[in-house]
Amino acid sequence: MRDYDVFTVESKADVLEKSREYWNPGKTGFWVDTGVDLVIDRREGYYIWDMSGARLIDVHLNGGTFNLGHRNAELVEAITTGMRTFDIGNHHFPSSARAALAAELVRWAPPNLTKVVYGSGGGEAIDIALKTARHATRRRRIVSIAKAYHGHTGLAVATGDDRFSKIFLADRPDEFTHVPFNDLAAMEQALAPGDAAAVIMETIPATYGFPLPAPGYLEAVKELCESHGTVYIADEVQTGLMRTGEMWGISKHGIEPDILVTGKGLSGGIYPIAAVLVSEQCAGWLTEDGFAHISSFGGAELGCVAALKTLEICGRPQTRSMVHYIADLVGRGLRDIQARYPDWFTGIRQNGVVMGLEFDHPEGAKYVMRHLYETGVWAIFSTLDPRVLQYKPGVLMTPELCEELLERTEAGISGAWAEVRHSPAGSRAPLAGRAR
Amino acid sequence: MTGPRAGSRGRAGSPTAGRRGQQRNIRAASADLAAGPGGGTPIQGAVPGAEPAGDRGPAKTARAVHPSRHRARGRTAQAAGGQHPADRQATEPVHPGTSAIHAARQMLARAHWAAGAFAGYDRSSVLRITEAVARAAYAQASRYAEWAVKETGFGVAEHKALKNEACSLGLFQRYRDEDYVSPRTDPAAKILSVPRPAGVILALTPSTNPVCTVFFKVILALLTRNAIVVSPHPMAQECCTDAARLLAAAATDAGAPDGAIQVVEEPTVELVQALMADPVTDVIVATGGTAMVRAAYRSGNPALGVGPGNVPVLVDTTADLAAAAARIAESKAFDNSLLCTNESVLIALEPVADRLTRELARQRAVVLEADATARLRAYLFPDGMLNGEAIGQDATWIAKQAGIRVPPRTKVLITPFGLVLPEEPLAREKLCPVLGMVRARDAEAGIAAARAMVRIGGIGHSAAIHSSDPAVIMRFAERVPVLRMAVNAGNSTGSAGLDTNLAPSMTLGTGFAGGSSIGENLEPQHLVNWVRVAYNAANDVPFGDFTGLSPWGVRAGPVPPYPVASNLPAPDGGTRPAVQPTAPTRLGGAAPPAADRMREQLRALIIEELRQLGKV
Repeated sequence: MRDYDVFTVESKADVLEKSREYWNPGKTGFWVDTGVDLVIDRREGYYIWDMSGARLIDVHLNGGTFNLGHRNAELVEAITTGMRTFDIGNHHFPSSARAALAAELVRWAPPNLTKVVYGSGGGEAIDIALKTARHATRRRRIVSIAKAYHGHTGLAVATGDDRFSKIFLADRPDEFTHVPFNDLAAMEQALAPGDAAAVIMETIPATYGFPLPAPGYLEAVKELCESHGTVYIADEVQTGLMRTGEMWGISKHGIEPDILVTGKGLSGGIYPIAAVLVSEQCAGWLTEDGFAHISSFGGAELGCVAALKTLEICGRPQTRSMVHYIADLVGRGLRDIQARYPDWFTGIRQNGVVMGLEFDHPEGAKYVMRHLYETGVWAIFSTLDPRVLQYKPGVLMTPELCEELLERTEAGISGAWAEVRHSPAGSRAPLAGRAR
Repeated sequence: MTGPRAGSRGRAGSPTAGRRGQQRNIRAASADLAAGPGGGTPIQGAVPGAEPAGDRGPAKTARAVHPSRHRARGRTAQAAGGQHPADRQATEPVHPGTSAIHAARQMLARAHWAAGAFAGYDRSSVLRITEAVARAAYAQASRYAEWAVKETGFGVAEHKALKNEACSLGLFQRYRDEDYVSPRTDPAAKILSVPRPAGVILALTPSTNPVCTVFFKVILALLTRNAIVVSPHPMAQECCTDAARLLAAAATDAGAPDGAIQVVEEPTVELVQALMADPVTDVIVATGGTAMVRAAYRSGNPALGVGPGNVPVLVDTTADLAAAAARIAESKAFDNSLLCTNESVLIALEPVADRLTRELARQRAVVLEADATARLRAYLFPDGMLNGEAIGQDATWIAKQAGIRVPPRTKVLITPFGLVLPEEPLAREKLCPVLGMVRARDAEAGIAAARAMVRIGGIGHSAAIHSSDPAVIMRFAERVPVLRMAVNAGNSTGSAGLDTNLAPSMTLGTGFAGGSSIGENLEPQHLVNWVRVAYNAANDVPFGDFTGLSPWGVRAGPVPPYPVASNLPAPDGGTRPAVQPTAPTRLGGAAPPAADRMREQLRALIIEELRQLGKV
């Protein structure tokens, strides 16, 4: 029995029961059947505790939402203090917190980005970006990457993989063109008609398992956009906020996108907020018709407080230094493990602390995820490529925690390999539980 | 190479003029305190009510700050004062300055990463890095010496430059042939020893020997593969911060791990205490006033601290009087007595006292008549506390302030008195070129007087003797409870190892009785622990052959390497990353809200330090 003041909980089983009944039987059943029956209770730093008491190191971070850890002390302090003054605020009006955050975001942004539009989550921010591009170009077509993931709101879900749109009849092939990642010819072909409002691109497609852009690919896409009058939208929701070793992953490519979307980690893991940074050329609607997009929760003042503190922490030279150290230590450690399991652990995709681990099985990452779960590490498989495990250490890890993480990781990888190797004929068959 | 931060000092003005301006600031600060409620014992020079604090905003401190910085802060304070009180309350953070403390603690986390990397470096890398840093420091010795004098308002630039040189290249040359890195074997004892650096050093540096102490501690850290976070004294914050940054860049350029050297930007008392207590700090090396050292020991982390000095110098009948006079005068005048090893009271044996006096006069060290001494005592110790204005100032200036006439170019003022007693303020540490003097009938009485000096203060610190009689010197060593003695040398430089063969050091441990965990001059070996791998002592258990086995290595390129995407070729070793970190400049010039609190703390800190000096 746990008392959380505004509600009480009988037991973990009770939570699972209520979740099936009132919340989401599909999800609840999937995790239970997969062997990752996680119900997060306590959380602090990079540790989460299941209701059963098991402690896990979090390298899922919800795509970077918990970049600075769970309940980061500075964030908690900032929000607590903020709550003495602020609430969600009135989105219609200019506000001190929104102005302060906008100025700070512009300060940190690639120099061509001059205005900030707020959303309450990544999907909404993507929709804002797409609408902005459509207004700026007076075109409708959106080009995105096959197997991309930009969220689940109306326009965003149509840019992503069919897996999330078809079921709701929300796919729109008439206006949304998908091209394979790293395929310049296909991209050129899609832009050639000259009717594309925008190309939207995750700097490294996350849900697809972090395949890395081929050398020169993103740069070439940007050039194609320029020559066709198409807006380049950089989805930096997972690659932003120092996770590649610089504030924005796109900056490492020397690209100044016309629009940049940030979210997840911007919240500090505490208060939802997302933001769209737009160039002056794209920002027309903000002057022509400032009320064209409205969001009750977008740019909530408490969210701005969290975001300002998050930017401050991410922007410290100490943080940049630590990310570089973590990327080096964890990268080397993973390569050492890979050398010991070369037939199983077949690839590492890494940019800073954004990592994808490839395993030699169509659902290899699910096996590894489950074994890691049993060995005290929480990492999620890539929905759109279940061979690949998303592996995302936070930017404030200590060397000791990294070492412990690597040891547990090897144990999980080893356990998964043993299971896959020794499972009966059909070891290449899908894991128990509804595979997607 | 950039000069002092824009807006700090400018170029014009002689050092003396700068210091005079400095004194106005000190007195202005005093006026603030005298005028304010609960200001405590005022520092001499305060004219209560003469300069009301309100007129000029919160800008007056004992630290020389360019006037334009004062004005900027004043504006901010007034702007803040114009708010509605209820608004102020609502937006005032719960803990002003908390962000700065978190950022500083994160410096420790970064240092911890650096220390972990550094601990694996081999000796050739260590020497290469240390030499590069020592040379970079040496090249700026004079520049920092002048800056330190301008910023703190005291000392002698020419002498500070010598200290800077000694604590940079001098230090490196002294220790380059020592090995704090390689494993050692003792085949007879069958013990293998492998060095483990302490890890993260938090180094507190003083206002008296500001930049040379930064150089000193950084080089010691580099020689022993430790990461260091420097926390400078607020009175010397600008020159020390600049120096530490210079060394950090030189170190990284030479291959040191990123973050091996860092410096705290705005060291408030609260922030420094948080760093001292932080579990990531491995050892605190505290050079400064007693309050700071005690705080370091109280913090819960291991600490190496100093103690105050009150140096007796005995001249006996076997001394070479001319040489002794020259050495004593030079030692007192060296940096205007700012080194804690400066002589406090001269104990001259009666048979040679007059001749010594004449020799001293030749060295421009003037023995004052009784009434002059009385006036000087009153000036230096009004109400029994040391007059902060006089610290590190020229003898001629002090004489003028005290209303005493001395020959031009006098270097030292000598104040005779009868007995070394606690109620005689001139028997205490003076931190300026004023030397007390007593006469003793014989060596035994002289040694007793030296003991009396140390009863007043300076236990475990230092003493000096000019003699050629080993029996007297041995007796002196046995009877006077200090832990270093300069013989036939000035104590300022002698006990600091700058012209004796003691370990050259800006941090002198005063031993257990002196409240310090170390009883010698701090040197590199104090920052290294060793793991001792001891074989079974029985004769039938052989020792291992460790020839050619070294745990350390060299990594090519920067540490850590730049995080290039794994599908791109690795960058060349040593080249800078393609993208410079986005470090936007601050918009606007609003002073941080913590600035006012910091100034209050700075004032309190200075008062406390001066109180400690005056403590009986």
